Amino acid sequence: MDWYPLFNSLRIAAVSTALIFFLGILAAYYVVRMPRLVKGVLDVVLTLPLVLPPTVVGYFLLRLLGPKRPIGLWFLETFSLRLTMVWYAAIFASAVVAFPLMYRTARGAFESFDVNLAYAARTLGRSNAWVFWRVQMPCCRQGILAGAVLSFARALGEYGATAMIAGYTPGKTATISTTVYQLWRTGDDGGAMRWVLVNLAISAVVLLAVNMLERRDRRPRRPAAER
Amino acid sequence: MSLLVEIQKDLGPFRLEVGFEARDGVTGVLGASGCGKSLTLKCIAGVESPDAGHIELDGRVLFDRKKRVNLPPQRRHVGYLFQNYALFPNMTVEQNIAAGVRDRAARPAAVAQMTAAFHLEECLGKYPRQLSGGQQQRVALARILASQPEALLLDEPFSALDSYLKWQVELELMERLEAFSGPVLFVTHSRDEVYRQCREVCVLSDGKSQPVQPVSALFDAPFTLSACRLSGCKNFSRARLLPDGRLEAVDWGLSLSLPAPPVAETAWVGIRAHFLRPADGPGENRLECRVVRVVEELFSTTVMLAAPGSSGELSLLRMELPKAEWAALGHPEALWVELPARDLMPLRDG
Repeated sequence: MDWYPLFNSLRIAAVSTALIFFLGILAAYYVVRMPRLVKGVLDVVLTLPLVLPPTVVGYFLLRLLGPKRPIGLWFLETFSLRLTMVWYAAIFASAVVAFPLMYRTARGAFESFDVNLAYAARTLGRSNAWVFWRVQMPCCRQGILAGAVLSFARALGEYGATAMIAGYTPGKTATISTTVYQLWRTGDDGGAMRWVLVNLAISAVVLLAVNMLERRDRRPRRPAAER
Repeated sequence: MSLLVEIQKDLGPFRLEVGFEARDGVTGVLGASGCGKSLTLKCIAGVESPDAGHIELDGRVLFDRKKRVNLPPQRRHVGYLFQNYALFPNMTVEQNIAAGVRDRAARPAAVAQMTAAFHLEECLGKYPRQLSGGQQQRVALARILASQPEALLLDEPFSALDSYLKWQVELELMERLEAFSGPVLFVTHSRDEVYRQCREVCVLSDGKSQPVQPVSALFDAPFTLSACRLSGCKNFSRARLLPDGRLEAVDWGLSLSLPAPPVAETAWVGIRAHFLRPADGPGENRLECRVVRVVEELFSTTVMLAAPGSSGELSLLRMELPKAEWAALGHPEALWVELPARDLMPLRDG
């Protein structure tokens, strides 16, 4: 069995998760602070990829990054870099599709953060940066990690946009999901089944991780007096 | 030292208009929930900005719209004790206290000093959620005092505590506050806490502040209807000034004599339930009432009385008597009651 699709899927998911981890937190941090109208509009725009069919996302990405489109052309001429039909093209697809999951869970975590903690720290003379790194991030850690794991899972399973922007080239752009489709289409039912099982195993592990993160969040600790 | 506050803030349907001066010692800010107490404290601490006004602490301007001064909370040196104490849940008690010390080099010494002063030796390594409510409050106060504030703001400090803990924690806090040299604002909706803890009090009603007065004055001779209500008085009637200096209590259908003629702005009259007395017959400041309901309380009996001309539940008079005294009256269906002149409180609107 050629393990390239597994390796490729994992690296695409890892890179795009790393990317949206920071972008999602950044977006969530600022959107929470926006006035209501701006917040509503930004929220719709940033969540849209979650509800759009991945093929629509793929279409938009091709319009932007295709070799004859402005951005794609500029990259091609400046760096001799193709942004489509190469393995890393799938990173754009899975990042865009998985971004809302990271953004929304991070936003939820920030919104449930007790703002009085930030106020208290500031009246004690602590800087806003200190509040963010030493209080807010640790308090929201579980929510943010859960968001990252979910995004990773979504990025790993991305098919529609990936197929459009990276295509399927064995040993080059093949991912688990595109391989399953390709093997099934060409009548290799057994091969497809093997990759389906691999995918199932990874997804189960990921969901297990999310559940454990959430449970740790909720586990109550008894007050000292009762011990 | 003194804390001078004169601020306005518009929040759509709600408008905050607060002005008072708090001197050293504990000044109460008494108001019903939603009257703008917490918002006032937040403006003083600098985590909210007023629309206009001026805040000054011991001659140091913290906020002034016209001079465009708006110090960040970090530079105001105002300690804020939050209702839920706002301890950092991800840090131990020791780290929480250390977070209050501004000077890094002084941190270990300051933490040690606060730990000893607040008897927190055994809690140092614990997380806030492992502490009791009283301990949490002690840690929060230790953390605030470690930051060497020049004024203290206490936002309903006992509301998060079980009632059996409250008394002990309150006594302890009182002791700590006596040792503090600057002004302390104590925000609460409880008249009992104000009576026990404060020297002076500012009543806040629907976003508007009333003049600061000694606590004794609030309870003996409140100025306004809202202040009187907050001080726990239950009996009110609209009032009209009569040419002979007496006061007509419109809702009770009775003309009342007062020890001194009331001021022209008098619009209401109030009397506390335990000052109403059964009387043996007609006379000055007396009226015959029908007994509507009798409520047995733990240590007293509350009798709801309808005045002859009264309309509906709102104008019922409440009379509070020791249980034995009510029993001795033999459960009458109607009786004469006296509203003693010295216990009547003429009140203004507001």
